[in-house]
Amino acid sequence: MAEIQSYTMNFGPQHPAAHGVLRLILEMEGEVIRNADPHIGLLHRATEKLAESKPYSQSIGYMDRLDYVSMMCNEHSYVMAIEKLLGVVPPIRAQYIRVMFDEITRILNHLMWLGAHGLDIGAMTIFLYCFREREDLMDCYEAVSGTRMHATYYRPGGVYRDLPDEMPKYQESKFRSKKDLARLNAARQGSLLDFIEAFTDKFPGCVDEYETLLTDNRIWKQRTVNIGVVSPERAAQLGFSGPMLRGSGVEWDLRKKQPYEVYDQIDFDIPVGVHGDCYDRYLVRVEEMRQSNRIIRQCIDWLRANAGPVMSDDRKIVAPPRVEMKDDMESLIHHFKLFTEGYCVPAGEVYAAIEHPKGEFGIYMISDGANKPFRVKIRAPGFAHLSAMSEMVVGHMLADVVAVIGTQDIVFGEVDR
Amino acid sequence: MSDRIETLAARIGERFGEQMTRVKSICGELTYELNKDDLIGIATALRDESDFGFEMLMDVCGVDYLGFGSVEWTTQSATGSGFSRGVEREPVILDEADEFLPKRFAVVYHLLSLQHNTRLRLRIFTGVDNPPVVKSVVDVWSSANWFEREAFDLYGILFDGHPDLRRILTDYGFIGHPFRKDFPLIGNVEVKYDADKGRVAYQPVSIEARTLVPRVIRDDDRYSEDLKDGADG
Repeated sequence: MAEIQSYTMNFGPQHPAAHGVLRLILEMEGEVIRNADPHIGLLHRATEKLAESKPYSQSIGYMDRLDYVSMMCNEHSYVMAIEKLLGVVPPIRAQYIRVMFDEITRILNHLMWLGAHGLDIGAMTIFLYCFREREDLMDCYEAVSGTRMHATYYRPGGVYRDLPDEMPKYQESKFRSKKDLARLNAARQGSLLDFIEAFTDKFPGCVDEYETLLTDNRIWKQRTVNIGVVSPERAAQLGFSGPMLRGSGVEWDLRKKQPYEVYDQIDFDIPVGVHGDCYDRYLVRVEEMRQSNRIIRQCIDWLRANAGPVMSDDRKIVAPPRVEMKDDMESLIHHFKLFTEGYCVPAGEVYAAIEHPKGEFGIYMISDGANKPFRVKIRAPGFAHLSAMSEMVVGHMLADVVAVIGTQDIVFGEVDR
Repeated sequence: MSDRIETLAARIGERFGEQMTRVKSICGELTYELNKDDLIGIATALRDESDFGFEMLMDVCGVDYLGFGSVEWTTQSATGSGFSRGVEREPVILDEADEFLPKRFAVVYHLLSLQHNTRLRLRIFTGVDNPPVVKSVVDVWSSANWFEREAFDLYGILFDGHPDLRRILTDYGFIGHPFRKDFPLIGNVEVKYDADKGRVAYQPVSIEARTLVPRVIRDDDRYSEDLKDGADG
């Protein structure tokens, strides 16, 4: 029998470690990868084309569904692009709320990443721990927007509504004992800000728990140290951003370098890796969660002290409140026009990028002066990261492919768009 | 930010002169248009010369300028009828035109310099060629690889010198370039399970195209060039 030198293996698209619908064609020599060819597009929904066929504000909901584990950050970039074209600046309170929810989203995203990444390479408990905290943050989303995931909370000109004064509570039911109910509702007695504050009090302890499980864990280190090493030069060449770039030792964070909203008034640090391997990227993301916690604390303090509007009062862009609409003709007309035709945006083009949990998420928008965008291009960080997949896994073993997919923090909603 | 942009603009003007034309921006961003034959030379210079230092290519995207500034519903005067939602579909012509309009397809590059903390946008028009062809910048920035594949897939723009120009986002065996403006939003074909053949099969689309909200452009005084200060920002 002839000895087989190399062979081709199909990985995915229905593989639990593929983080969605990634199909990889792997050229292997024994258990060593010689080449990897990712096939993407199985979740392609032509979001950009759909956005071109609708008035501006009707596409905000599509943005949630791009990277469906960091919903509000996607919205943020899209809304910022419209605001830049219109020349609208949201009220300062709205900016603080946005920053706070961006950071809540960052924690949400990193928890999802940590749990799934851990599960992929052999750690079960971490997944359960991460989802425990994720649930609390989902409740924040729900309290503020009414939905747990696809919030559509950021709107051009501000945010949809102010933070609620009361946190929704668990109801009594025959499946829940009195004691459980009291425990679940303990942090929910006050406002949403109280709830978030209680979360930020306990969260650093939770991160310590994750770190106890993983950081010095022998198996974790064997699976991540020196896997998928990227040099800083290559990382820039390959268009990496976010933790992927910082993991390689490049100190680059849009929140610091090109601050948007109120990030320039907030105190936080940028964690940077040294070796550019999976383990350093893990450390960077874990530290980012701690920093996000710090940012949220500062936002809470500011939001408690400063009341004010959360939405611009430019009636050509922002719908009037319902109360006004009921007895004011002008408001009724504005309301009707805004929700049918939408608003026209001055002709021009803009690129609005934010520091998304996964990297630089940008919206490039061309307007020709109509009520619908002429072209929307979504610059998804995961797309650039995944394109470097082949380079990162060549020479590694099959099992390391999973570690690399995990470390890239791939979500197909944004890669395929 | 604006200081840095002006410094960069001055350097670019000095170094490249007529080769790059600055485009007006309403958001204080730097955009240049250039001839597609100059692309590789300029891209390499922008990456390597320390005055520019654009070591990162953040994005490449195709743009189809067909119908730029056109409307579906004119709103200059009052109308007795509303906007009809049953818009007639125009037949789709796939690559049958001998030549494209010279300003139809464009490729837009977004560059980022980590050293200088500046961004730059380059735009090249593909000209009348059918299919549109431009030079690939993969050798200058590796990140262009998939972005160019995407632009090829969605717009049918060919990138000369690209190592592996395959479709990336659409289905295996897909026909057409879906993001072109003459490609219908509902597509041309749909898939369904064919019980007779015992497999999934393609068939022409059965749904009807509808425009729920017409595309309109309103002449808004607030955005008029004559009434606005600092329009060339």
